[in-house]
This record gives sequence, structure tokens and C-alpha cells, in this order.
Amino acid sequence: MWIDTVFFYFFALLTLTGAVLTVTRRNAVHSAISLIVSLIGVAGLFLLQQAQFLFAVQIVLYVGGIMVLFLFVIMLVNLDEASRIHQFNKQWVLALACVAAVSGELLFFIHKGASAFRLATPGAPAAGGLGNTERIADSLFSEYLLPFELASVLLLAAVIGSVIMAKKRV
Amino acid sequence: MHPITTVHYLVLSAALLAIGTIGVLTRRNIVIILMSIELILNAVNINLVAFSRHFESVTGQVFAIFVITVAVAEAAVGLGILIALFRNKETLQADEIELLKW
Repeated sequence: MWIDTVFFYFFALLTLTGAVLTVTRRNAVHSAISLIVSLIGVAGLFLLQQAQFLFAVQIVLYVGGIMVLFLFVIMLVNLDEASRIHQFNKQWVLALACVAAVSGELLFFIHKGASAFRLATPGAPAAGGLGNTERIADSLFSEYLLPFELASVLLLAAVIGSVIMAKKRV
Repeated sequence: MHPITTVHYLVLSAALLAIGTIGVLTRRNIVIILMSIELILNAVNINLVAFSRHFESVTGQVFAIFVITVAVAEAAVGLGILIALFRNKETLQADEIELLKW
């Protein structure tokens, strides 16, 4: 069981370090590389929680798809002079206020430990020998069929919208 | 060593959400603001998957798939807008784009 603990802290460190570097780096390409590290950490956390299908989706879609898109855009728009000017705006008070609440929760957790949070009782393991992907497919194509179809409409709108936005002349 | 519980995942996702919020609120570069939004959506996904494991129900993972779909659509449209913006204004600083102010 201790190997789970070790892997959790490893992936958590990967995720948080990547996130902090993403937000603080001056060069946008460095930010994108740090974001890849962070997303791979999140994928590892999915695998630790027996969500194998989401692990594959995370790697293929985020690390393979969205990050290539980001890097292409960074190369397309010239960010050289943008990396030389001041990087942060003056909203740090607002940011501090937003983060203080979450930091309070974090300190409470470190002080009291996990048993201080009363979550609902865990569910029983699902019956039957179905794997993770089969169970997701069962749920997606029976209970959540309408949202699934609506998601395809959303993707169609996004494709058309981004092509029209990036066209030379509308 | 303590065993890893659901609460560990929730606290991790809260920390990731806080980092993403700081990025959205304080950075001036629009590309990095979009990346911070991706961080926030990933924090949501960690939360959903943690509760999916907690209740042994697959619904959380299905909703995580929908969140990923919306994130992909948002990134595509956002980066398209960003290219159009750069073509017209020659800048990517969020506080220099004030076309709607008067």
C-alpha cells in the first residue's frame, strides 16, 4: 500500500510544480512545457484512482492535442517583445483574497489531518467483472446519451467558430 | 506512512485551483491566461475522479469527459480569437486590449 502513497506524492509534486512554473515563467514556451509536465502529473493521478480511460484521454487529448495547438499559436504570434515587458498586472490584492480561502482549507487539513473532513460514506464496489472503459461506455451511451450528442454539437460549433476566427478575411 | 484518502485528492485539487486562479487574475499575457484556465479545469477533473472513486460510481468520470470536451472547445475558439486579435492589434497584453471601452 505504501507504493500508492509514494506515487501520489510524486504525481502531486509534478502537478503542483508544473502549475507554479506555468503561472510564473516569463517565456510563454517555457510556460507551455511546464503545463505539459503538470498535465502528465494529473494523468498519473487518474491512473492511481483506477480511471484508466481518462488517463488515456488526458494523454492523447491534452498532452498530444491542446499543447500542440498552444505551441503552434505561440510560434504564430510573435511573443519576443512581450516577454521583455512587465508580466503581472495590478490585481494581486484580488488574487490574494481569492486564494486566502483555499489556503485556510489547506492549513486546516495539514493541522487536523484527513479524518477531520467528514465525507459521505463510500459506496460499495460495483458488481460484475466489467472494466473501467466498459462501465464508462455503458453509462455514456445509456444514461448520458443526450449530453453526449449535445457535446458533438458543441464541438461542431467550436470547429466552425475557430476556423472563421482565424480566417484572413471574414 | 498515512494511506491516501479522498481528502488528499480534494486538497490537491484545491491547491491547483488556487494556482490557476492566481494565473488568470495576475498575468497580462492572454496565452498564459488560457493555460491557467486549463489548470483550473484540470483541478475540477481531479475532484470529479476522486469522488467517482469514493462512491465507486462511474458518473464522475463521465462528467470529467464532458469537462475535457468543453476545455478542448474553449481552447480552440480562444486561440482562434487570439490569432484574430493579434492580427488586428499587434499585442497580446490583456490590459492593452480596450476596444470595448470608451
